[in-house]
Amino acid sequence: MAKHENIRAIVATDCGSTTTKAILIKLVDGEYRLIVRGEAPTTVEAPFEDVTRGVLNAIREVEELSGHEVLDGESIVHPNDGGDRGVDLYLSTSSAGGGLQMMVAGVVKSMTAESAQRAALGAGAIVMDVLASNDGRLPHEQIERIRHLRPDMILLSGGVDGGTITHVVELGQIISAADPKPRLGLGFKLPVIYAGNKDARPEVSKLLDEKTSLFQVENLRPVLERENLGPAREKIHDLFMEHVMAQAPGYDKLMDWTDAPIMPTPGAVGSIIETIAKRQDIEVVGVDIGGATTDVFSVFQDTFNRTVSANLGMSYSVSNVLAETGVDNVMRWVPFKLPELEVRNRIKNKMIRPTTVPQTLEDLKVEQAIAREALRLAFEQHKSFAVSLKGVQQERTISDAFNQSASGGTLVNMMDLDLLVGSGGVLSHAPRRQQAAMMLIDGFMPEGITRLAVDSIFMMPQLGVLAEVHEKAATEVFEKDCLIHLGALVAPVGTGQEGRPCVKLEAKFPDGRTVADDIPYGDMRVYPLGVGETVSAKITPARGFDVGAGGGRVLETTLTGGVVGLMVDARGRPFRLPTDEHQRVEKLAKWAKAFNAYPEI
Amino acid sequence: MAHAYTPGLRVAALTVVRKSRRLPIKGEVLAKKGDRVTADTVVARTHLPGNVQLVNVASKLGLPPEDLPSVMVKKDGDPLKKGEPLATTKGFFGLFKANVPSPCDGTLESISTVTGQVILREPPTPIEVDAYLDGEVVDVLPGEGVVVEAFGTFVQGIFGVGGERTGEIKVVVDNPGVPIDASRIDASLKGKIAVGGSHVTWDGLQKAIQVGASGIVVGGFDDPDLRRLLGKDLGVAITGSEDIATTLILTEGFGEIAMAGATFDLLKSREGRKASINGATQIRAGVIRPEIVVPMPEARATAADAAAARGAGLEAGSCIRVIREPHFGRLGIVTDLPNELQVMESESKVRVLKVKFDDGREALLPRANVEMIER
Repeated sequence: MAKHENIRAIVATDCGSTTTKAILIKLVDGEYRLIVRGEAPTTVEAPFEDVTRGVLNAIREVEELSGHEVLDGESIVHPNDGGDRGVDLYLSTSSAGGGLQMMVAGVVKSMTAESAQRAALGAGAIVMDVLASNDGRLPHEQIERIRHLRPDMILLSGGVDGGTITHVVELGQIISAADPKPRLGLGFKLPVIYAGNKDARPEVSKLLDEKTSLFQVENLRPVLERENLGPAREKIHDLFMEHVMAQAPGYDKLMDWTDAPIMPTPGAVGSIIETIAKRQDIEVVGVDIGGATTDVFSVFQDTFNRTVSANLGMSYSVSNVLAETGVDNVMRWVPFKLPELEVRNRIKNKMIRPTTVPQTLEDLKVEQAIAREALRLAFEQHKSFAVSLKGVQQERTISDAFNQSASGGTLVNMMDLDLLVGSGGVLSHAPRRQQAAMMLIDGFMPEGITRLAVDSIFMMPQLGVLAEVHEKAATEVFEKDCLIHLGALVAPVGTGQEGRPCVKLEAKFPDGRTVADDIPYGDMRVYPLGVGETVSAKITPARGFDVGAGGGRVLETTLTGGVVGLMVDARGRPFRLPTDEHQRVEKLAKWAKAFNAYPEI
Repeated sequence: MAHAYTPGLRVAALTVVRKSRRLPIKGEVLAKKGDRVTADTVVARTHLPGNVQLVNVASKLGLPPEDLPSVMVKKDGDPLKKGEPLATTKGFFGLFKANVPSPCDGTLESISTVTGQVILREPPTPIEVDAYLDGEVVDVLPGEGVVVEAFGTFVQGIFGVGGERTGEIKVVVDNPGVPIDASRIDASLKGKIAVGGSHVTWDGLQKAIQVGASGIVVGGFDDPDLRRLLGKDLGVAITGSEDIATTLILTEGFGEIAMAGATFDLLKSREGRKASINGATQIRAGVIRPEIVVPMPEARATAADAAAARGAGLEAGSCIRVIREPHFGRLGIVTDLPNELQVMESESKVRVLKVKFDDGREALLPRANVEMIER
């Protein structure tokens, strides 16, 4: 790998479960910019069974589109010759093969087990199940569960250092009795990471050394009030590379090619969100809605949290969105009347043929209705999970420790949120950016003043892994080519009566327009304000409403524009849709019209 | 670009079908290479380790865990009968002895002086794997199972529920556009596979289950009925292990959709023959689709085109089925594959193809919204 200052051309790939995406980044006039993006089907399945085939195909598309030579036969040309040949850095992320699927175990469900879950999620894993001594299941049920799920890895924790070892050893006995086998790669032992009470190490060794591939790291909860997730998380990453990835066809070759370790896709996206929050010193929420999973990332009060909703997505998991939220919650976002049978059958047909795309406008609207619910559910899960404890240095009191989930809910504060970033097919590839804006607003219900943005072409994973190696390049491309600013949203908190005053917006726009609008409760408005433009605004909420300065208080602030513009959502928070079907359909159509979200037919 | 890759379900009149029949864990393989087998021939057998029971003997006897070895009557590996004492205290001059009985039959697996627990394993459960197809064993996977090969008709469905079944094919409708309702099901379908047209009603399915039909193969089914059948909304498409007596296979999708003519005609031509079906579906990486296999060993000698016919990709002249609204379920022939992206009604910019439907009308469709069919 060339020295940082000498890096002129970078190729990064993301091997998804269905598509491998490649991007080419080059140093142009002292700035790193995205040149092109190419894609090809992922090739971990028969007949190819070699992930590098798809990588080569995606890179070839990049070569064809850009005229930049990256490959010499089947190898990547290093370094860049100063022109259109070779690259200085090649990186990759991967979620092929269903990502990293883990089980975690801890003694007390709301304490060590929850810490273990956080460690696994932070490392980019999907947590399939959480075992705990007090999870209400009988030992044989827990054993059955381990056997049935066949995780890629198990993280075992429990007990504070110096405390009793009985319970954590019992969990070890359960894992040992289950004699777990890994999902991929017959004939190799399942990796188990022990990160519990250090005094139990010899006993755990006795139980698991022979049957599994056991690794012992520092206790992730050495004392009750403190977490130490770092060592466990790093071990998960290492083992993901050495064991799980290595079992996937062709990865050994891909690992040789890359200049830095391959990262799990969600870990990479999380990393870029964290970097942006740190650099701009802001509170950020990011979402990546895929076909099978939806990942939510947040940074509040300098604390990064990530959740994976493994069964919420727009294709493979679309039917599960319906199962989780219920048909009424999906139907409420559909701006026309459609029989329940029709909605149900359509969603199932999407599930069984996940690669299809909406051809008709009606179909697109149904799909975007489902996306709203998928985003809402994933964010609900995130909110209930995001807690303030992270790393070694942050401490909480004993009383907090007994009620973690409840205390965690307070961390996501929508009023403090500065930037909401959306990524994933349904958001990045929405035919109009206004549609992406509306899906984000309806799914997340931002409060006060929030900037909205989407990933232009779905390249946050590659930038995430790049951020690990070359932060400057990642950030420049992220801000200039990846992030499409949709504009600022003003959303007063409070409820009122339809048509009564909600908020007054006074602003002088760069083009000379002056606005002094009273926006009634229940309305949505969009004011043109382009990318890079700002406006000084005076926002006066009506009595009982708050835009961030307190109930009824005036907020004077600078608002930024975007491809959609300056958006005002005066539908109140908490938000309620009319229950009467006729009114509901009328309202949805009115809001969509205000945003110019759909073509008139 | 003159052709494009698109997924498609196989509908093959005559082909070679190979199925690997594996045990979940290592065991004994009963069949040899070259053996002729029928669907119900047991080809491999093993024993699944029994359930584990944990008994905290130390706490039951009020002893510290480290004293456990001194009171244990049974040792590691000892066989157990339900009610037999696992441990007995010495008592007081031989009196007031306390016992901990075994809660089950099985063997003693381990004794822990840390937790005071004794781990017992219940007797193993026997597991057998049958051949599933009438055919020939062409390979033996030592300790794991065999590969069975059959020659005959192979039809993939799009979605199914219920596991492996066999039965004689019986077509219960006159044409592929007719739904199966209860009136088309009678007692003569016991043990048979009913093949129908566009849809099966809830009553029709219930009656099939009631008369003991092995399976139903049909164009479509309604999602609310699937929910009634499973007792819950199906979230993720991983099926095959449902406890349903009649396996259901959909060839087209959800709703009322006429079965593709080629599929219907092919199955009709196999009426009266024994078929093996499996509803197992997994729509994930490594997709699994439900299937209907009709072994026809006698056709092997005369079949010339068995392995051919699978086109590499979509091209002008390919037969396709539309798999999304607005032309969902319709069949046609590709007439052109334009290179340029086209804007759809939804304003999505996509790669498209031109298709001519059976009625002569033409349409422009996203390539992602069709699948290739063999006819």
